[in-house]
Amino acid sequence: MSVKKKFKGLSDKAVAWLFIGPSVFLLLAINIYPLIYAIRMSFTNFYANKIGREPQFVGLKNYIKVLNKEAIWEKMQVTANFMFWTLLLQAVIGLGLALLLNRKFKGNELLTTLIVLPMMLSPAVVGVFWTYLYNPQVGLFNYVVNFFYDFGSFDMIGSSELAPWSIVIVDTWMWTPFTMLICLAGLRSVPNYLYEAAEVDRASKWQQFIYITLPSVLPFLLLALLFRGIENFKMFDMVVELTSGGPGSATELASINLKREAFEKWKTGYSSAFAVILFVTIFGFGNVYVKVMNKIKER
Amino acid sequence: MDTSRSYLEPSSFSKKLAATIIIVYTVITLIPISWMVMTSFKNVNSAISYPPEVLFEPSLEGYVNLFTNRSRQSQEYLDSLPAPENWYEELVRSREMVITGPSKFLGRYSNSMIIGFGSTFASVFLGALAAYAFSRFRVPLKDDLLFFILSTRMFPPIAVAVPIFIMYRKLGLGDTHLGMIILYTVVNLSLAVWLLKGFMDEIPKEYEEAAMIDGYSRLQAFFKVVLPQAMTGIAATAIFCMIFSWNEYAFAVLLTQFNAQTAPPFIPTIIGEGGLDWPAIGAGTTLFLLPVMIFTIILRKHLLRGITFGAVRK
Repeated sequence: MSVKKKFKGLSDKAVAWLFIGPSVFLLLAINIYPLIYAIRMSFTNFYANKIGREPQFVGLKNYIKVLNKEAIWEKMQVTANFMFWTLLLQAVIGLGLALLLNRKFKGNELLTTLIVLPMMLSPAVVGVFWTYLYNPQVGLFNYVVNFFYDFGSFDMIGSSELAPWSIVIVDTWMWTPFTMLICLAGLRSVPNYLYEAAEVDRASKWQQFIYITLPSVLPFLLLALLFRGIENFKMFDMVVELTSGGPGSATELASINLKREAFEKWKTGYSSAFAVILFVTIFGFGNVYVKVMNKIKER
Repeated sequence: MDTSRSYLEPSSFSKKLAATIIIVYTVITLIPISWMVMTSFKNVNSAISYPPEVLFEPSLEGYVNLFTNRSRQSQEYLDSLPAPENWYEELVRSREMVITGPSKFLGRYSNSMIIGFGSTFASVFLGALAAYAFSRFRVPLKDDLLFFILSTRMFPPIAVAVPIFIMYRKLGLGDTHLGMIILYTVVNLSLAVWLLKGFMDEIPKEYEEAAMIDGYSRLQAFFKVVLPQAMTGIAATAIFCMIFSWNEYAFAVLLTQFNAQTAPPFIPTIIGEGGLDWPAIGAGTTLFLLPVMIFTIILRKHLLRGITFGAVRK
């Protein structure tokens, strides 16, 4: 310690605070303060568009209102369905692609880059151009589907049975590469000697897959699904531009509903309570999931 | 080469099969993107023909419509005008319209650039400072602080949008470039700190200690020795921040309107007369997505490493 005193300039402690300070300040000001503000608002009947009016404290009234509203549970159901199908499809296809890419054939790296392209694009802009692909009169998607099996005319966005699938398809198209990349990293981290030992023990390829490959990739896959789960629970931009929650409320995810309450009806108090409930839900599920994931890792 | 591995290598048949499936998937996954690029070079009629046209006569109508505002005029009025001065005016006239001025697209695009680069620079700079401190010094409550920084990513953007909206209105930051730069900087900061700390951990402490024995101060050692060493990590982090800011929609649509609106909330509004101007939408989309695609292909090594690195660390 005494050696360090000999160096010129600021002390390490001063440098540490100088370096961390600005980041912590910004996070407190733009992230934590608004969050506390939102929590405070959730206990009032505040309307952000009525500036002159003093908001009044209403206790838990907003929370009770949110939880008793049947429509909210419908949105939660829509969100849950969306998450279930997107995560399932992305897990299966992503893992499959990663296993194939792990065979290290020629051109492997270039193909990986090309496959990754969709997830780099702006979700809102992706939503806009998929409305064109899904167009019931001139859309390419409809044409291709009818080319393989003639369903006649169908409207992916306009029909309330198909619309939930339209957002699942686009999200899967965009984000499967993410699970794929993480799984690929997992596959590459499996030490070769495990397979060599298995080979010596005359384990079949199938047994190697079940007892070596799968257990080593699983923690990576679960991690990728955690990230996607958090993102899809908050999903807003792509779906707003693709279906804007419609038709009716067939694709109205929780955060789209939240935006309507907060920025169209300006029910700030009510929507803040809803936001807090959503946040607690993510946080709670996230924590349980991480615990389960760590248990699996330990095995 | 590692010869002991050879008998574990997949057979050449299974390699070929894997390659075939991957190529088919790649082609399918690229169809929507290529379709949008193709549409940008169609004229309005061929964009709405059925069955969809794969071969078509290329046209720049989409790009002309993207960059101009036009109004429909009667044939008599068009006849009374002097002859068109250039090719795009001629193109617009042939659709019985006249150009009334430039569209807002360029402005929105440059907003995206300014806000993207500004916030990327700020978050990488601040992130590098914080990451270095976390990596080298004994900071009280280090793990709690790091977790706190990461958990800020779990908030749904809309949950904090109303308070930020009110706060920005009071501070005069609403619908300004500075306001959006600060906001995106903070959103990216958590990821930047997290990623960069990993890269900083990999740089041996001895480097800057040697520099400090040579008479550098801690600050000088950081800027002249550590930062250049961390360049790969900084590049990877910068790409992520840039892509996030470039693509962000929720905050942009809620907090900006006239002055600082970026391209993502603007592009959907280009839809045009009768909601059929797909070539113009295609052109806007293409110009907007192009930089990201080029970036991704050129910088793929950093990028792919960054994605897996960020996720795989605990």
